Amino acid sequence: MAEVKVRNISKTYEKGTVQALKNIEFEVASGELFGLIGPDGAGKTTLFRLLTTLLVPDEGSATVAGFDIVTDLWDIRKIVGYMPGRFSLYQDLSVEENLNFFATVFNTTVAENYHLIKDIYVQLEPFKHRLAGKLSGGMKQKLALCCALVHEPKVLFLDEPTTGVDPVSRKEFWDMLDLLKKKGITIVVSTPYMDEASRCDRIALIQKGEILEIDTLPAILEKHERPLFAIRAKDRYRLIQEVRAYEETVSCYAFGEENHVVLKNDLEGETEFKAYLKDKGFEGLSFSRIAPNIEDVFIKLMLEQETHA
Amino acid sequence: MKIFLSFVRKEFQHLFRDRKSMLILLGLPVMMMLIFGFALSSEVKNSSVAILDYSKDEMTLRVIDRIDQSQYFTVTKNLNSESQIEEVFKKGEARLVVIFPQNFNDDLLHTNAAQVRLIGDASDPNTSNIVINYASAIIRDFQNEIFGLQKLPYEIKVETRMLYNPQLKSSYNFVPGVMTLILMLLGAMMTSVSIVKEKEMGTMEILLVSPMKPLMVVISKAIPYLVLCFVDLILILLMAVFVLDMPIAGSLPLLLAESLLFILTTLSLGLLISSIVDSQQVAMFISLVGFLMPALVFSGFMFPIENMPKPLQIVSNIVPTKWYYSIVSSIMVKGLGFGFIIKQTVILLGMTLVFLAAAIKKFKVRLA
Repeated sequence: MAEVKVRNISKTYEKGTVQALKNIEFEVASGELFGLIGPDGAGKTTLFRLLTTLLVPDEGSATVAGFDIVTDLWDIRKIVGYMPGRFSLYQDLSVEENLNFFATVFNTTVAENYHLIKDIYVQLEPFKHRLAGKLSGGMKQKLALCCALVHEPKVLFLDEPTTGVDPVSRKEFWDMLDLLKKKGITIVVSTPYMDEASRCDRIALIQKGEILEIDTLPAILEKHERPLFAIRAKDRYRLIQEVRAYEETVSCYAFGEENHVVLKNDLEGETEFKAYLKDKGFEGLSFSRIAPNIEDVFIKLMLEQETHA
Repeated sequence: MKIFLSFVRKEFQHLFRDRKSMLILLGLPVMMMLIFGFALSSEVKNSSVAILDYSKDEMTLRVIDRIDQSQYFTVTKNLNSESQIEEVFKKGEARLVVIFPQNFNDDLLHTNAAQVRLIGDASDPNTSNIVINYASAIIRDFQNEIFGLQKLPYEIKVETRMLYNPQLKSSYNFVPGVMTLILMLLGAMMTSVSIVKEKEMGTMEILLVSPMKPLMVVISKAIPYLVLCFVDLILILLMAVFVLDMPIAGSLPLLLAESLLFILTTLSLGLLISSIVDSQQVAMFISLVGFLMPALVFSGFMFPIENMPKPLQIVSNIVPTKWYYSIVSSIMVKGLGFGFIIKQTVILLGMTLVFLAAAIKKFKVRLA
């Protein structure tokens, strides 16, 4: 059964001049961990605000746990947990006070749902008298998650929960989401980090208000399987220039230490391409074939979207 | 109800942890009372007087002595010639110069008419007016004493009486004024800022995605400020009575009840601002410039409304402080009962309801 259903939703700002979302359509199954992946400004936050009844769509409709986001807002507000992208707890209240307050707002108590937050809260417990504003970034996010969980929501909306958090805390945070998933909570989470895609059951790649692709990570990778070259040389800037000047090149972009290059006929032109680069006389030139990762797929889809537009 | 109480408790926690705000909230009324009470007094006390006495006889000495002994004046300088007068004013050494012509005593006793010239420094017109009046009164008193037994053939005796404030104490004027201003400032500004703060900090976003009804959010935010405004009110009244010796002529319960009504008016005004505005700065700006200035100008506390041009007089009617100021001075100074302030009360009540209704109607249950 689909816990979240989004049908053809569009949303504009500034009296229709800024298109935030365009014909978005997807479903999230009950108990699924669904990831929205895309860069800043892709429309992720707008989508969350629509689903949490904070905004009304211009077109289309959506339901959360069977309730309509426009007409049944008070029903939805009882059963969802929402963690906004910006840290939004009371900085001048302590960890414990924040948690108790949000429990009371939802007409419950911390004790009643302690089993849900126990795993996270044990890490916060040593700091429970500390003011929320004085916590570290990772701790803040854990507290925010606790506060969003304390009323045992059916659906959890987490808007970029790991942004600005160190890699270790990020990993811990995703481990917690796994635990919550096992408890049957449907989770919709957004992130700008492509490497976090592997932690989701299914992902939607979103860019400029449009969904580029929805599927499981392996399926997306398989669908867009297109071998590419990872090349490196000492003079990176000139390397990019020369590769882009090569007529068979579809795209060339920096990726860590390397440049990823896609050619028109995939691997067939490999020998000519190698010869072309050798002629240019690069120092320390290295050349290897790789399978695309999710970021490569995203860039490919993004370029396709741009050429369509 | 439990939710409501916990929300109110949270608001008090915000308030008590914000030391600076607390200091302002409790310190401001005390400071304003002290400043208005002692520093900005429009009463004339111990004004310095310079004397130019060409007679130097027994009578002039008695007059000078009388002036010097009054609490309003201190004789600081004796001049020798008229050319020194301007010098004294320019240096600010005197506010008043008293000139006795030659043969003052003889003229007075033999022709029954002697002249005294009073020269005031009218670069400050209000003060010089008051000073001249006081000095004239002292001289008149003196004259009556001397001629008290003698009957003049014709005489018009002017007797003035200042009702309700016989000593012309300025505290009778500014205590109601300070009460009005403080309650307006704290009620409207602090409430609006506290709600807008939730919007700015993003906490409103979470509160909206909860079963909490907006009305409850708004009302529970206002309650701590209601309590605080009341504390300030008591503080001002205590200072008025015990520090500035200003009695409360009318009924205290009535005064408190009317003040509570005014506090509600300002709180609902604050709520209205907060439901329209999205940033703390704008909220602060609106309450300061949009409300405090008119409150100051149109309350009748600093400038008499009767002296304003007609259009401004009409405008003053929509300023709540005007009505509250009139209520407070009626009760505190004149000691009037409820019967005399029904009109003002009804107007304030009406304003409160309108503000509150608008605030609730304007409150957004969504972000946009």
